[in-house]
Amino acid sequence: MSSTTTGTRPFLEVKDLTVRFETDDGIVQAVSNSSFAVERGKTLGIVGESGSGKSVTSLAVLGLHRTRSNAKVAGEIWLDDQELVTATDEDVRKLRGGKMAMIFQDPLSAMHPYYTVGAQIVEGYRVHHKGVSKKEARTRTIDMLARVGIPQPEKRFNEYGHQFSGGMRQRAMIAMALVNDPQLLIADEPTTALDVTVQAQILDLIRDLQDEFGSAVIMITHDLGVVAELADDVLVMYGGKIIERGPAADVFHEPQHPYTWGLLGSMPRLDRDVRDRLTPVKGTPPSLINLPDGCAFHPRCPYAGRNGNRSFTEVPELRGGVHAVACHLPAEEKRRIFHEEVAPNL
Amino acid sequence: MLSYLIRRIVNAVITLLVVTMVTFGIFFAVPTITGSDPALLYIGKTADQASLDGIRTKLGLDDPIPVQYGKFIKGLVAGRDYASGNDVTHCDAPCLGYSFKTEQEVTPLLLSDIPVTLSLALGAAVLWVLIGVATGVLSALRRGSFLDRAAMTGALAGVSLPIYFTGQLALLIFIHWLGWLPDTAYTPFLENPASWFTGLILPWVTLAFLFAATYARLTRANMLETLNEDYIRTARSKGLTERTVIGKHGLRAVLTPLVTIFGLDFGTLLAGAILTEQVFNLRGLGYQALTAIRQNDLPVILGVTLLAAIFIVVINLIVDLLYSVIDPRVRLG
Amino acid sequence: MTDNLLEVSGLKMHFPITKGVFKRKVGAVRAVDGIDLAVKKGETLGLVGESGCGKSTTGRLMTRILEPTEGKVLFDGRDVSHVGQAGLRPLRRDVQMIFQDPYSSLNPRHTVGSIISAPLQIQNIPTPNGLKSAVQDLLKLVGLNPEHYNRYPHEFSGGQRQRIGIARALALRPKLIVADEPVSALDVSIQAQVVNLLDDLQREFDLTYVFIAHDLSVVRHISDRVAVMYLGRVVEIADREQLYKNPRHPYTVALMSAVPVPDPARRERAQRNRVLLTGDVPSPINPPSGCRFRTRCWKAQDICATEDPALIPRLEDPASHQTACHFPVTEDEVVAGRRPAGAQA
Repeated sequence: MSSTTTGTRPFLEVKDLTVRFETDDGIVQAVSNSSFAVERGKTLGIVGESGSGKSVTSLAVLGLHRTRSNAKVAGEIWLDDQELVTATDEDVRKLRGGKMAMIFQDPLSAMHPYYTVGAQIVEGYRVHHKGVSKKEARTRTIDMLARVGIPQPEKRFNEYGHQFSGGMRQRAMIAMALVNDPQLLIADEPTTALDVTVQAQILDLIRDLQDEFGSAVIMITHDLGVVAELADDVLVMYGGKIIERGPAADVFHEPQHPYTWGLLGSMPRLDRDVRDRLTPVKGTPPSLINLPDGCAFHPRCPYAGRNGNRSFTEVPELRGGVHAVACHLPAEEKRRIFHEEVAPNL
Repeated sequence: MLSYLIRRIVNAVITLLVVTMVTFGIFFAVPTITGSDPALLYIGKTADQASLDGIRTKLGLDDPIPVQYGKFIKGLVAGRDYASGNDVTHCDAPCLGYSFKTEQEVTPLLLSDIPVTLSLALGAAVLWVLIGVATGVLSALRRGSFLDRAAMTGALAGVSLPIYFTGQLALLIFIHWLGWLPDTAYTPFLENPASWFTGLILPWVTLAFLFAATYARLTRANMLETLNEDYIRTARSKGLTERTVIGKHGLRAVLTPLVTIFGLDFGTLLAGAILTEQVFNLRGLGYQALTAIRQNDLPVILGVTLLAAIFIVVINLIVDLLYSVIDPRVRLG
Repeated sequence: MTDNLLEVSGLKMHFPITKGVFKRKVGAVRAVDGIDLAVKKGETLGLVGESGCGKSTTGRLMTRILEPTEGKVLFDGRDVSHVGQAGLRPLRRDVQMIFQDPYSSLNPRHTVGSIISAPLQIQNIPTPNGLKSAVQDLLKLVGLNPEHYNRYPHEFSGGQRQRIGIARALALRPKLIVADEPVSALDVSIQAQVVNLLDDLQREFDLTYVFIAHDLSVVRHISDRVAVMYLGRVVEIADREQLYKNPRHPYTVALMSAVPVPDPARRERAQRNRVLLTGDVPSPINPPSGCRFRTRCWKAQDICATEDPALIPRLEDPASHQTACHFPVTEDEVVAGRRPAGAQA
């Protein structure tokens, strides 16, 4: 274990996280050299499209790749001054669902079909509270169900996931995640499967609960709107790498990576006048088994050739202070391109 | 729930009625039409015309086929009298008639065979479920390991080797060469539990080997699929131990679909493990069926078939009801 | 003749719920329960609403994949509500559908070439330069490599598969395309590519679209007019700008305010202005009496429970803007941007 701790670490600090999977088709480079941090009471948004590595990153924090024999995780994950990559399976298990918890995209498939909602929450509570009676656990569960806004919690305690509506199901999943007062909550696309009015309710709930308990939240989503609603800081991931990182306001108002520009250009927005055309990124995301040389984004980047051959041969590092970006274009050039060529079309 | 139960029972009764019609049709009507006379089968080729006519009247073979069927059903439900002049024989319900060969009543004959078949099926079922599920789970958890490959090779052998091969081999090794066990035979459990066990252990193991192979493969495949389910990931993310994740959340999902298959297998086996009983010389329903077929003993064949149908229909009914208990999605639709 | 390409009136689709051995009818899912809509030639009509509002069923009725329980479907002035196989054949040439899931709507065992050429062969359309060249032209049109006509669907990415679906729909040069959530299964950047493609094709071939989606931003981007559906009914319909600037139906207001704005600076304001609906959408088996939205509406009064509001124009709005509400949200309420009084947090 690294013992170079100097000063205080952020509550969650991820350093040089690399996750790969050995498959029959080759090695999947799911996450490469990713570093980020989240403090208590803050929300980090991780944005990216499918295969960008955002979900794999969150599962790595929870140590959920440990049961996959073909997964290799390297780097450091510090949660409250405890290193998790080198920790024992048992130590990580005790943190899971306790100090750190997770909610998932599809609440229907995330619930066990043969156990009642109440039983599943009770189980999660009792595994972290040894010696608590079933009755106490039940009371606690019903309180949690009520807290997340589920009407008639005593009745719903004995029902099954499939008897809940989509929104109520996700509320129950949130109750399950929060039953042990976690200090880190990871939400992986928690509203993607929900209707927009229900999404608003769930985001509202997550925000309230965070205010109340002061936990750190990681919100993983493909929806820039959801990130803008909740996140203090934002990571943009592409091809398993963080390509832009910074405070939400900076990333949304002064985005620096051409991929982030493309994402913003792809979204029609209700808060702006209708554009004649969307300005998406061309092409398709890369294969994680066979990433392009140099900058992984270069085959889709309209500016890749502007800087000699570097984009094609050299992997750009994530550079900068609070607002960092992994791109070979000089900072001045990027600012100019964004304001003159990109922003007018957003 | 109650209306569901009633509906299912009505369905089961209708199914059984159809089975009686079809089997009755095949066993009695077809020989009549094709000219092979059941009365002749009953009495033997040397009979004179007078006794043949007497038999015909007594068995009611002169009646039109629907009337014969009606009498058969009446016999099942209320018992019937076979009469030819003053010669009247009463047969209590459920009456399946008399064996053409031994002239015994078919019903008690079959009833006496049931304990043999039931013992065989029960013992084998316990073994194959335990061995099959355990092997399947272990294989799934150690996918690609030596254990997995060995188990799956064994399972392939179990599925593909016929019982008259494995059974004979087992007899040869354990009884004739090693002499570890007495000859296989059925002793009623209440009479002597030890001999009941030693006399049946070899058929159990042989039969279980065949079924355990299928169950191991099914369990392994189901478990591998289940381990990829989101709710397993949820269970892990709650901090449950691997033992709870696999043993509770995983196994529950794996076993549920097995119940259906088990019901079918067990029902079929109750109807008579013909090959196993033959190989190990156990006089159960399967043995009885085979003997009856060889001897063209129509009432016994009909009885065995009907009994088999009853077993399968009833077990299926039980499985369906059980399923609605263990899978809340079915129960609450 | 009118300039309406497609008209539906009094359209209903009730899916029966049966019980028991004898399939006794015990009720019906009233998926679509009386809607009137007209689609003008060359326009894009957007159909928005949340899951279970009946928008997909409406699309399937318009293309006559489903036969309506009640009501009429007029295509180009011809009543096609109940025409049989023979009558549907010409309709299939003129009306095509694009589906949501580019994974399951293409037969995995057929090559892209045979998938796209199937409609041409079924309809006996002459192809002067041969079938292969017709298919290749279509592939080129939707931005795919024409050399790939021999590949299978699984060899393409999600976005490319949706392009294949579009090429298949275009093969017969239809007049109307009903697109049911065509981009919602796709990643953001791919979504935009497909939206742009649909835009280009409409211009090039003078197509009329019915665009069904739950994403209000995408619908606004692509549509000329937008109809909002709730529980089997159209509750509001208007020109795009009018609807999004001056929503009148409380449901439309709630729906729009729920969309997250991708601008952290406006976060606070967006949250303050948000109308959070409580509870769930009622069951379409037994919808509420009167106005169907009343159970979740902050403006509901007694009349809403007894009288079903008609979809009609309002005095202050242009005639093309119709709302089915007894107490439409006023311009002041919308402009003031305050949470409407009584709305629940």
